[in-house]
Amino acid sequence: MTVVKNDKPNIFDAFIGIIRREFLLTWKKPGNSLNPLFFFMIVCTLFPLAVGPSPEQLILNGPGILWVAALLATLLSLNSMFASDFEDGSLDQLLISFQPLPVLVLGKIFSHWLVNGLPLVLISPFLAMTYRMPIEILGILMLTLLLGTICLSFLGSIGAALTVGLNKGNTLLSLLILPLAMPILVLGANTVSLATKNEFYATGIWALAGYAVAALSLFPYATAAALRINNE
Amino acid sequence: MLNFFHQLASPPYFYRIATAFIPWMIVPAILLIAYGSYAGLFVAPPDYQQGDAFRIIYVHVPSAYLSLMAYMFMAISGAIGLIWRMKLAHAVGATAAPLGAAFTFIALATGSIWGRPMWGTWWEWGDARLTSELILLFLYFGYMALRSSINDTAKADKACAILAIIGVVNVVVVHYSVEWWSSLHQGQTLMKDGGPAMDSEMLYPLFAMILGFTLLFGALLTRRIKTEVLYRERRSRWVREMILSSEGVK
Repeated sequence: MTVVKNDKPNIFDAFIGIIRREFLLTWKKPGNSLNPLFFFMIVCTLFPLAVGPSPEQLILNGPGILWVAALLATLLSLNSMFASDFEDGSLDQLLISFQPLPVLVLGKIFSHWLVNGLPLVLISPFLAMTYRMPIEILGILMLTLLLGTICLSFLGSIGAALTVGLNKGNTLLSLLILPLAMPILVLGANTVSLATKNEFYATGIWALAGYAVAALSLFPYATAAALRINNE
Repeated sequence: MLNFFHQLASPPYFYRIATAFIPWMIVPAILLIAYGSYAGLFVAPPDYQQGDAFRIIYVHVPSAYLSLMAYMFMAISGAIGLIWRMKLAHAVGATAAPLGAAFTFIALATGSIWGRPMWGTWWEWGDARLTSELILLFLYFGYMALRSSINDTAKADKACAILAIIGVVNVVVVHYSVEWWSSLHQGQTLMKDGGPAMDSEMLYPLFAMILGFTLLFGALLTRRIKTEVLYRERRSRWVREMILSSEGVK
């Protein structure tokens, strides 16, 4: 009796197992998570080339450009969240597992953020410095991007789950998620630009943190429900 | 009451009820819109500040309110469809989306036309309402794009219901975040929240138009649901019998 009981992994083991698997996959094939990072850097290079290198303009528009670039890079990485699992059948394994699906989905989203979102946050201060952003602001930029990429990963997981297996590429996913993601962009970018102007900026950070907590606790259920649609 | 809802879920019963119900909505809608248009355009006095330009509110306000209501309709019917597995509710969501998008577009177009003499520009990014209305239009586009890219109707229904429910929560967040954003970038807004007290000669036509537009929306929606139900039930017996009997074939 006890042997059977010990054979069943508990929820926490399942959660860790999912994350370990995602890390292993990223380690074997680093391209998938490096592509969004390179994309982020390239978009940040495009803007000075397009609008000119004048420092006043870069300081003024820097927060917005960095945030739009981060939003687009995260969006680009969303498609891969469930696509390969859907193709090789491991998504079906998750769906028929006796572990609660939202917890497994939470593991998927969390590991997706760790390999795709976190690198953007870590590289953002270097890009921000090329935009002449003051050193004191870099911490605030990183904090908003940290909270923002968490929000985007969770929000985007719903879109990724709804469009998995549709073969419509990224356009449909972008069309679904971009309007929903606009509040996150509004809060994040404006908080940083308020901070550069030495104005009161905490409102945006609290709101982003609130969004992140709500997303963390509610969106995995929506994502799980969306994944189940394809397997009824 | 519960029994009535239970019966309403059955497509043939709904089809008959809806057919009987449409004239009761379309006739008052036409009368109210006719009165509202006449009284709004000719009887109501010109605004002391905006002159005759304010008269566009008789189309703008009802459309803007319906653009939001149609989205609520979509989300609520989606939730009903998901929770009680009522197929008819999904048909409501599917038909409300293009109507809602149309009203959103009218609200944006009339808002932009009104903005030309008032702000001196067709589009003012600083206005929170115009911007969140535009985001609402994109939400409708996303909903319709998702529906059209899933071939299986049952799967499309559920996916779209989830999207609509997420979207309705988001509309509130969009509203407040855009409001906050516009307060950062623009000190004064031309359109005040409460606004000056309106003259009753201006106000009654507006109420008539709002009620008339709502009834028109109801009638159009019911008409479209009927078509959608016919399409979805195209292989069922009652549709075949109804069409045969209307063709005179016994």
